[in-house]
Amino acid sequence: MSESASPPALALTTLRKSVPGGRVLFEGLNLTVAPGEVVAIMGESGVGKSTLLNLAAGLDRADSGSVAIGGVMLESLDDDGRTRLRRDRIGFVFQAFHILPHLSLAQNVALPLVLQGVGTSEAATRAGSMLAAVGLADREGARPSQLSGGELQRVALARALVHRPTVVLADEPTGNLDPDTADRILDVFVAEVRASGAAAILVTHSDRAAAVAERRLSLTRDGLVPRHG
Amino acid sequence: MGEQRAVSRTALAWMTLGEWRAHPGRVVVAALAIAIGVALGFAVHLVNGSAQAELARAVRALNADADLQVHATSPLGFDEQLYPRLARRPGVAAASPVVELPARFGRGPPKTLEAGALTLLGIDPLRAVAVTPLLIALPAGSGTSGGFQAESVFDPTTVTLSRAALAASGAAIGGRVEITAAGRTEGFVIRGVLPEGASERQIAVIDIAAAQWRFGSLGRLQRIDLKLAPGAQSGRAMSDLAAALPADAQLVSPQSEARRGDNLTKAYRVNLEMLALVALLTGGFLVFSAQSLSVARRRPQFALLRVLGLQRRGLLAQVLVEGALVGGVGAALGLALGLGVASLTLRLLGGDLGSGFFASKTPDLVISPAPLLLFFALGLTTAVVGSVLPALEAARAQPGIALKDLGDPRDPDTTPALRWALSLLALGGLAALAPAVWGLPLLGYLSIGLILAGGVAAIPWLARAILSPLRQVGRGVVPVDLAMQRLWGAPGQAAVALCGIVASVSLMVAMGVMVTSLRGSVADWLDDILPGDLLFRVESGGFDPEQQRRIAAVPGLADVVFQKTLPLRLAADRPPAVLVVRPIDPADPAARLPLIGRTRQPPAGITPVWLSEPAARLYGRQVGDVLVLPLPGAPRAVVAGVWRDYARQSGAVALNDADYTRLTGDALRTEATVKLTFGQTPQAAIRTIRATLPSELGAQVQFVEARKMRAVALKLFDSSFALTYALEAIAIAVGLAGVAATFSAQTLARTKEFGMLRHVGVLRSQIVAMLAIEGALLGAIGVVVGLGLGLAMSQVLIHVVNPQSFHWTMETRLPIGLFASLTVALIGAGALTAVLAGRRALSTDAVRAVREDW
Repeated sequence: MSESASPPALALTTLRKSVPGGRVLFEGLNLTVAPGEVVAIMGESGVGKSTLLNLAAGLDRADSGSVAIGGVMLESLDDDGRTRLRRDRIGFVFQAFHILPHLSLAQNVALPLVLQGVGTSEAATRAGSMLAAVGLADREGARPSQLSGGELQRVALARALVHRPTVVLADEPTGNLDPDTADRILDVFVAEVRASGAAAILVTHSDRAAAVAERRLSLTRDGLVPRHG
Repeated sequence: MGEQRAVSRTALAWMTLGEWRAHPGRVVVAALAIAIGVALGFAVHLVNGSAQAELARAVRALNADADLQVHATSPLGFDEQLYPRLARRPGVAAASPVVELPARFGRGPPKTLEAGALTLLGIDPLRAVAVTPLLIALPAGSGTSGGFQAESVFDPTTVTLSRAALAASGAAIGGRVEITAAGRTEGFVIRGVLPEGASERQIAVIDIAAAQWRFGSLGRLQRIDLKLAPGAQSGRAMSDLAAALPADAQLVSPQSEARRGDNLTKAYRVNLEMLALVALLTGGFLVFSAQSLSVARRRPQFALLRVLGLQRRGLLAQVLVEGALVGGVGAALGLALGLGVASLTLRLLGGDLGSGFFASKTPDLVISPAPLLLFFALGLTTAVVGSVLPALEAARAQPGIALKDLGDPRDPDTTPALRWALSLLALGGLAALAPAVWGLPLLGYLSIGLILAGGVAAIPWLARAILSPLRQVGRGVVPVDLAMQRLWGAPGQAAVALCGIVASVSLMVAMGVMVTSLRGSVADWLDDILPGDLLFRVESGGFDPEQQRRIAAVPGLADVVFQKTLPLRLAADRPPAVLVVRPIDPADPAARLPLIGRTRQPPAGITPVWLSEPAARLYGRQVGDVLVLPLPGAPRAVVAGVWRDYARQSGAVALNDADYTRLTGDALRTEATVKLTFGQTPQAAIRTIRATLPSELGAQVQFVEARKMRAVALKLFDSSFALTYALEAIAIAVGLAGVAATFSAQTLARTKEFGMLRHVGVLRSQIVAMLAIEGALLGAIGVVVGLGLGLAMSQVLIHVVNPQSFHWTMETRLPIGLFASLTVALIGAGALTAVLAGRRALSTDAVRAVREDW
């Protein structure tokens, strides 16, 4: 990248994080993710993968080091500032889907937009388009209880991308799905992330899921190291 | 755009409506609790306001447009020579002398022990026409315009009646009526009716000379109505006028009359409204429980919103707006309900709500915008305040952790802090020591609120303290073990469930202890003041010394004590006190009076008086104080003791009968208590006493057996507290509904847990047993804590609120029956609700239950 190029979508610099009791999860962690790039992060349970995503999203604070989203340093922001940044520039996908049961699919997808103050009708139009993009056209009015697990994760994916975020953070997005459904979801995920130009971090246990990423990294106490094989 | 907005209105609407659609029952219950509280408070306020307006109208009508009045301090009246002196004073444009006597239609003893509802006024029409024209008769057959027929108004055999009196007399204009007053019965021809608007009370107006002559009031007046010259209504002119009056007369303005009416019932009204608001307070705790449960259940949802970019204050606003909407809907519903209840109550119970303060017609409902807004705001505020803590908890949660939905976020091994609870309890204790504000125990109520808040704040700590020793109970018995571990492991949820129970139980206990203590003290006091077997009285006039001597000599009467009670105005802006005249030995006053506290032997040469407890508190007098009695000659008296009296809230002054006769020259006595000799029957004694008296007087004497009087008094007490009991019952019902709703919601939210337990092999019956044990145990802890807190609050009611409101004290008595039934009801309700809700939750298929996303 040239000097005049735009800043990386996500930059983690010399991060250190410990848990209550003093155990150090990792230290000296560095990571830069370019727009449109998908990075897979793997590691054993309890190593701190989800914590790393929380740090990247400004939901948790590192002991030291810095986090920058699109060049904005999270450490320079207060809680409200980090919340606004998350609202505008980050999309989330969870293992447990976290689709609000009492909202329709369209409302679930439109939620990030209405939180930004986008008008209801525009939010509905964009939510409809996003649902169509993930293969749920004409299902805007359906309730979450009428959907299968794979369909629910498509809705979560649409919600993560509908507001055109700078970074998408996905925490075990296929962990609750059977392999075939997981493959289809991952295909949609990568396609939509690339189409939107967002950077993505995919936290997973699955080599099969990690295979869709350009870079695969393992999280250790000393930070992120390239994963081979 | 929405860059700077903390919360999106659309998101807020979606989340709120979604939650309500998912759990409509809980929203309805919370809104109904607020509605009931607002309805009760608003209804009591409306009824009181309407009764006050009616009382004010009645006072205005009786005053009949006079600018000022001079009232006698007692029914003995004052010397009529005061009239010409006042009429000549500068600033007095016109003066009208009035004889005012309590009276009734017909002859013979009245049908009840209540005084007659008719007021007999004797006026000089030539004077009254300039001062109180509304008291001048309409000519028979005329329209509504006032008329004045000089040729007939001086006729001593005619009477003019108000419309209410005409209706009560059962006669028509031109017909004859008998009127009894001052112990005499006289016949009159009804000459006409007073103009429309004169009074809705029963008033009979006759010529003043006829009143003085025919009712034995020669040379005495009870009232002078005054019309002031323009510009003479300054404070200076009024104080000059007041200074010119003798001790047995007082200057009364319409303002002081209004204050007097207000003072008469202020404490009763305020206490009743406060009691009605107890239901609202309980409703507030119900909203708190509902919101806490809702927040606990939606913790992951809220965490998601935080992850998606909703700021903390947005989440705070979300929960508060939900509370405000519930409060708003509940308050609006409550206002409509309150209006209906008030209208019905006025029709069924009248304006005094059964207290017996106002013996007038059913008042019209008076509605003004200020109370509407006030009670709407109260309902709204209660719901919002009930939502504050849950909202703060929702906003404080760490999204990363809350998203995992790991259950109760509180660590069961951490001892909850107690400092807030202790601070609130200490502040409550301090507030209880404060004096009354504007004659009302406002800080006493604040103290009760602070003690309640402190007790509720201490619940997490108390629950820990009580559950810790129980943790090892039932090891090895699956349902007991599961129940204990659950209560221990989810301290936050246990505390929320307990809050509602403790709040309801403590309020019920506090009210129950107060009412039981008062009733017990009244029963003891009745034993003290009704020592004889038989009581008799004559409504007006009285027994002269010779008649008293003859009665005392009747065979079969072991002891006869004559006495007299008459109103005595000690201050113009307070309701009259009662002067109780009976033989009292200054060396042994306790033989005739239920004395409390120290007494003092009066120095020679000064008249001793004994003040009732309300009189001592109302007028700020203590034993040893010297006061001037508003009797002829303005005699000085020393307070020699204070006695317990629950009958006369406006105060009473006891005076030895010999002193009274010496000071006033009045030797007539109107009442007597009789102790019968062994074997003598009351019926035989009544016959003999009647036979001893002149036939007309004998016919007017009312007799009542002391034991019946005691029963009647306690029945009156119960009926005057009927509304109190009803309000308490409603508060209990709201509290129990809250307990049921809380347990039910908590149980239904545990579907996933039950599914998991079924998966690992726990029997359905074991889960039901576990829920029953949890419910019963929470109910029991709630009762224990609520009883302790309620007893503390009851002491504030007994030792602060009652003395400051009604100026009487009482000894604490515990309603053991109420405690026992409350304990059974709460433990039963807890267990039953948990089991019923558990059965519903268990009806979900175990596999589906654990697959549920939220």
